[in-house]
Amino acid sequence: MTTIQERVTTTAPVVKRKKRDWSVAIRVVVLLIASVFVLGPVLWTLSTSLRPPSESFQLPPAFLPLNPDFTSYEQVFKQLNIVLLVLNSALVTGLIAVGQMITAALAGYAFAHLKFRGRGALFSIVLATMMVPAQVTIVPVFMLIRGVGLSDTLLALIIPAIPTAFGTFLMRQYFMGLPGELAEAAAIDGASPWRTFRSVYAPLAMPGLAIVGILAFNFHWNEFFRPLIMTISEQNFTLPLGLVSLQGNLGTGSISVVLAGVVLSMIPALVVFMFGQRALQDGLTAGTGK
Amino acid sequence: MSTATSTPTGTGSEPGRRQAAHKNGQISKRGRVQQRWLPWAFLAPTIVGMGIFTLLPIVASIALAFFRWDIISAPTFVGFDNFAEVVQDPTVRVSFLNTIVFVVVAVALQLGLALGLAIMVQEKLPAWLRVFFRSAFFFPLILSAASVSIFMRYLFNEQFGVVNWLLSIVGIPAVPWLTTPTGSAAVVILVYVWQNFGFSFLLFIGGLASIPVETYEAASIDGATGWRKHWFVTLPLLSPTTLVASVMAIINALQVFDQPYVLTRGGPGDSTRTAVMVIFESAFQRLEFGEASAIGVILTLIIMGITAAQFRLSKRFVFYQ
Repeated sequence: MTTIQERVTTTAPVVKRKKRDWSVAIRVVVLLIASVFVLGPVLWTLSTSLRPPSESFQLPPAFLPLNPDFTSYEQVFKQLNIVLLVLNSALVTGLIAVGQMITAALAGYAFAHLKFRGRGALFSIVLATMMVPAQVTIVPVFMLIRGVGLSDTLLALIIPAIPTAFGTFLMRQYFMGLPGELAEAAAIDGASPWRTFRSVYAPLAMPGLAIVGILAFNFHWNEFFRPLIMTISEQNFTLPLGLVSLQGNLGTGSISVVLAGVVLSMIPALVVFMFGQRALQDGLTAGTGK
Repeated sequence: MSTATSTPTGTGSEPGRRQAAHKNGQISKRGRVQQRWLPWAFLAPTIVGMGIFTLLPIVASIALAFFRWDIISAPTFVGFDNFAEVVQDPTVRVSFLNTIVFVVVAVALQLGLALGLAIMVQEKLPAWLRVFFRSAFFFPLILSAASVSIFMRYLFNEQFGVVNWLLSIVGIPAVPWLTTPTGSAAVVILVYVWQNFGFSFLLFIGGLASIPVETYEAASIDGATGWRKHWFVTLPLLSPTTLVASVMAIINALQVFDQPYVLTRGGPGDSTRTAVMVIFESAFQRLEFGEASAIGVILTLIIMGITAAQFRLSKRFVFYQ
């Protein structure tokens, strides 16, 4: 893809060279302005969270956190049971991610390498569930959860989120990329089908599983709609819910404190971004034909 | 095929099972039985889970739309009453109208911005700059819409917000962003597009990368340069990506909830109330579960209709290589 432009310019008349270089400069400027608009609000959030609350509405705004002041962060810990929120979020997100990885690996393997009647039809049904908006199923799911006595528990957030159509689809694609001969070889060696899966295919599919896990983490760490409905008491809140309630409690008085909470909630997402950016991109765009 | 004679993985396997599974190249009876139920054991967690948490709820939701139920007393069958009421309810009507306006404006902005920036990033840039811009535009996708909406509320504050301060520099008087219907709608759209254009951007980057170099060579030999090149080569060849990007953008935008809920709570008035917000409010605040289901069913039908229409339209406008 890097060659597209190089080759086009080499076929273009030499006279045009100079003009084209200008256009690159203009493009870079436009792109830089765009990235300032994209990153600016986040930098402002970080910098404002590191100022004394009295200065939080200062204009012109500061984008560089010089002389950081951590009182707002202390306040977050006082005003919000942030340790509990982080623990709740981590527990919910972690269990969903692990649950999705396991179930998606099993189902993806079955759809890719095991033969059974109705495989194609069943896979189509699984894919079709991706198109059902969560809002349509939320009322019956809420009633079901309430019916089995799980309302206002973390399990109400975890269990329904584990079966994953997209994860299953991704893992099926991944397993299809692994040769079926591996299973034959393992069978000749006397490995049971389960053992073939566990010891041969699953380890080879680790990169695919990582994508499923990272996607699940990113989505559920940030999830707001379902926790808002499924949890009532503050001890069962997840981070996004806790932050919104903190903002409500504080009004517009001390924004540094709210922003400090926002920054704290971003840290895990940032870590995933740094280490799993490639995997996240691949996962998000998987299945779009590219 | 390679026939390995040693078991590369089998340090802890049970010898009994191994012999049972394989005798003289034929699969034993036990192995055959196992082969029949094995796929279902692999599928069970996913299939059962989806049955309980997706398929059953869809059926239940459709059924529930024909009942009046407040969860406390027994449900009563009301036929199409819920649908009739919902269609006549001014709040529901306004919220659907808001949603449609939101989808049209937000998706147009999102796709336009994503396509423009993707073309700029893909063309003749040093690799490190390309990586930087790609990461920058992707970044908002990893944040929670709730957090984003929290800090954006401060940035759009009428008196102290950075946005109005920036506007004041170029001489534009303070805009009452969050206190007027138009201002609030604009903020919801801007915040949503800010966070989500990166997704379409990634799709377009992928699409651009798959356009063969030869096509551009041929076009430039024919004298196409600059905009003409993009108009006659990039856009037609990118149309399959555009279809996917627009279908996904529209489906997502139709379900917008977090941003308007945190930014404006649907106000002022009903100006930023969306379809999903009305489902949420009628079910979990007013305990009208039947009505909420009816709205959900209508929303799903709209989503399905739009998606089907897009794929039908695409037969005319999408150009496959």
